[in-house]
Amino acid sequence: MTRDSGLATRWRLTGWLLALPAALWLALFFAVPILILGVYSVMQRGVYGGVESGFTLEHYRRFFDPLYLGILGRTVFAALVCTVLCLLLGYPVAYAIARAGRWKNRLLFLVVLPFWTSVLVRTFAMIFLLRDTGLINTALLSLGLIEKPLTLLYTSGAVMAGLVYTFLPFMVLPVYASLEKHDRTLLEAAAVLGAPPARAFWRVTVPLSMPGIIAGSLLVFIPALGSFLPSDLLGGAKEVLIGNLVQNQFTAARNWPFGSAASYVVMVGVLLGIVVYLRSEGVEVGGKAPR
Amino acid sequence: MSDSPTSPAVEFRNVFRSFGSTRAVDGLSLRIGRGEFFSLLGPSGCGKTTTLRILAGFDQPDPGGTVWIDGVDVTSLRPWERRLSMVFQNYALFPHLPVQANVAFGLEEHRVAKATITSRVRQALELVRLDPATFAGRMPSELSGGQRQRVALARALVLEPAILLLDEPLGAIDLKLRKEMQLELKALNRRLGITFIYVTHDQDEALTMSDRIAVMDRGRVVQVGNPAQIYEDPRTTFVAGFIGEANLLDGRTGGRADGRRTVHRHDGTTFLLPEHPSLNEGTPIRIAIRPEWLDLFPRDAVPPGENAIEGIVREVVFRGETIHVLVDIEGEQTITVALRNEGQLTRPVPWRSGDPVAVGWLPEDCQLLEDS
Repeated sequence: MTRDSGLATRWRLTGWLLALPAALWLALFFAVPILILGVYSVMQRGVYGGVESGFTLEHYRRFFDPLYLGILGRTVFAALVCTVLCLLLGYPVAYAIARAGRWKNRLLFLVVLPFWTSVLVRTFAMIFLLRDTGLINTALLSLGLIEKPLTLLYTSGAVMAGLVYTFLPFMVLPVYASLEKHDRTLLEAAAVLGAPPARAFWRVTVPLSMPGIIAGSLLVFIPALGSFLPSDLLGGAKEVLIGNLVQNQFTAARNWPFGSAASYVVMVGVLLGIVVYLRSEGVEVGGKAPR
Repeated sequence: MSDSPTSPAVEFRNVFRSFGSTRAVDGLSLRIGRGEFFSLLGPSGCGKTTTLRILAGFDQPDPGGTVWIDGVDVTSLRPWERRLSMVFQNYALFPHLPVQANVAFGLEEHRVAKATITSRVRQALELVRLDPATFAGRMPSELSGGQRQRVALARALVLEPAILLLDEPLGAIDLKLRKEMQLELKALNRRLGITFIYVTHDQDEALTMSDRIAVMDRGRVVQVGNPAQIYEDPRTTFVAGFIGEANLLDGRTGGRADGRRTVHRHDGTTFLLPEHPSLNEGTPIRIAIRPEWLDLFPRDAVPPGENAIEGIVREVVFRGETIHVLVDIEGEQTITVALRNEGQLTRPVPWRSGDPVAVGWLPEDCQLLEDS
C-alpha cells in the first residue's frame, strides 16, 4: 500500500514538473501583464500616454457613463448574436464532418485553413467582397437583380459577417470533437424505442454534444467580446465595440488608465457571467473534476 | 396486430444482403413462431447480426426479399415503426440519462401518459430484479456490467413488445453471471410470452436457452432444429464441428445385414452404422461421433456389438468435469474420447500416454452427415 502511494506521489510530482514550463510562461506573459493592467487602471493618466503616480477610481467612474455602457451593451449583444450564428452555422458542419468517414481529415483541414492567413488580411479581403464595387454587388448588378449597389460595407451586418467568419472554426472544432465520439448504436437504440431521426437527434445527439457546444460557445463569445478588427474595418463609426474603445484609449486617445479600467470591467463582468451560467448548467467550475 | 392467429411472429422470405461482392445473407427463408426462444447461432461473419439488423430495420434486404412480422410485410417500415424491442451487445444505454429516464425513453416516444410511465418503469425494473428505489436515480456510469445489462433489458421490456431482439447481450459479463442471466432470460420468455430472437456465437448459450436454433454459416442457415436435434443429429460437418466437439470418420458403404450397414475405412477396418434410406452400397460417407459417446478399452476387451478402432493414447487432458483422452489412429487422425471424471485422486483413468487402446462406440451413436 505504501509503495503504491509512493508511486502515486511521484506521478503527481512528475505531473507538476511537466506543467512547470507552461505555468512559468503564463505567469510571465499573462498574469503579470494582467496585474500591470490592474495597477494602471487606478493610476493617473500621463499626458503623452503611459501613466503617472497617484491613486484614483476616476476611470472606473467614467466608464459607467451611459455612452460607454451603451457600447458595452452593444458589444455583449453582438458577441451573443455572433455565438448563436456560429452555433447555427457550425453545428451542421461539425455534424457532417463527424459522419464523413474517410473525408474527415481533409474536411477538418479545410476548417482550419483560414488560420494560415492573418486575420487582418482576411478581414481586409471581406472589404473587397462587400464594398459598392465589390464582388457581391458586381455580380448582382450584372445579373440584373439590382439596379444600384446595395450598401453592404460599414453596416452592423458587415461587422457581424466579419465576426462570424473569424470565429466559426472555434465552434466547429469542439462540437466536432464531441460528436465524433458518439456511439452510433445509441441512435439505433433510440430508433427501436420509437424515436424517428429528428427526435433521436434532439434527445440523444444534442445532449451528448453539450460539452462541445459549451466549449465552442465560450471560445467564440469571449474573443468576440474583445475583438476590434471586424468592427474597425467593416463597420462605420456607429459600430464601435468595446474592443475598439480599448484599442483607441491605448493608441490615439493616449488614455492608458481608462483603457485599462474598461478592460477590467469587461473581464470581470464576463468572468462572473460565465461562472453563473455554467453553474446553472450544472458544470463544475473551479471545483472537483467531473468523473 | 394481425387478424390471423396462425401467422408466424417473424418470417424471412428469400432474403439476400450483399455488401459489394460478398453476400452477408445468402438466401434466407425462415419462420419463427410466437413466443419462441429462437437463436441465430454461428461464428462471426456468418450473417447472424446482419439478419437481426434487417429484422430491426437498420438494414434492408436486397430487392426481392421480404420480412414479415405477425403476418404483415414490414420490409419498407423504418425501425421506429416496427414496434420491436432490442437489447444491444454493448447495451447502448443513454449515458446522459439516469436509469429512470433510460427506461422511460421508449414510453415517452410512444406518448404514454406521464402518470403511467412512472409505474411502468418501476414494474420493468422489478421485472429484471433491480430495486427501483436504489437504481432509478443512478447514471449508467455508476452501474456494473450486469446491472447495465438489466437496465437495457428493462428498457426493452417496458414497451411490452411482442418480439424482443437480443444481439449477443451476455457477451460482456462474467461467466457466473452469464449462466444466471441465461436462465433468467429463458424464464422471462416463458412468463411473458414474448418471442425472443437471440443472436449468439456461443453454442452453450444457444443450447441452454433456445426452443429452436438456426445455425448459420457464410450467410446461409445450414440447420434449424431444437437443441437436441442440433447437437445429436447435426446435418453437416460444419454444424457437428461448431456445436460441441465432434470426431469425424470417413468411409465407403459396404453390404447390409440386420438393419446395419457396414462401412469400410480406407485402412481396411470396418464399422457398423444403422441402416438409413439414403444409403446405397459403395457411396462415400462421413460420420460424426461426440467424444462423450466413445469409450476406451484394452484392445482385446471390446464388448461384443460395439464398433472399435485401434489406436495409441497420445495425451490425457484433465478438464474438471471430464477427462479427455486423445487417441492417435491410423491416418494421422486424432480421436477425442471424453471420460467422466470419477475422481483422479481416488479412481484415476487407467490410460497413460503410449498405451495401445481400442476406441469403442455403439453403432446407433454414429451421426451420419450429409456432406462427405
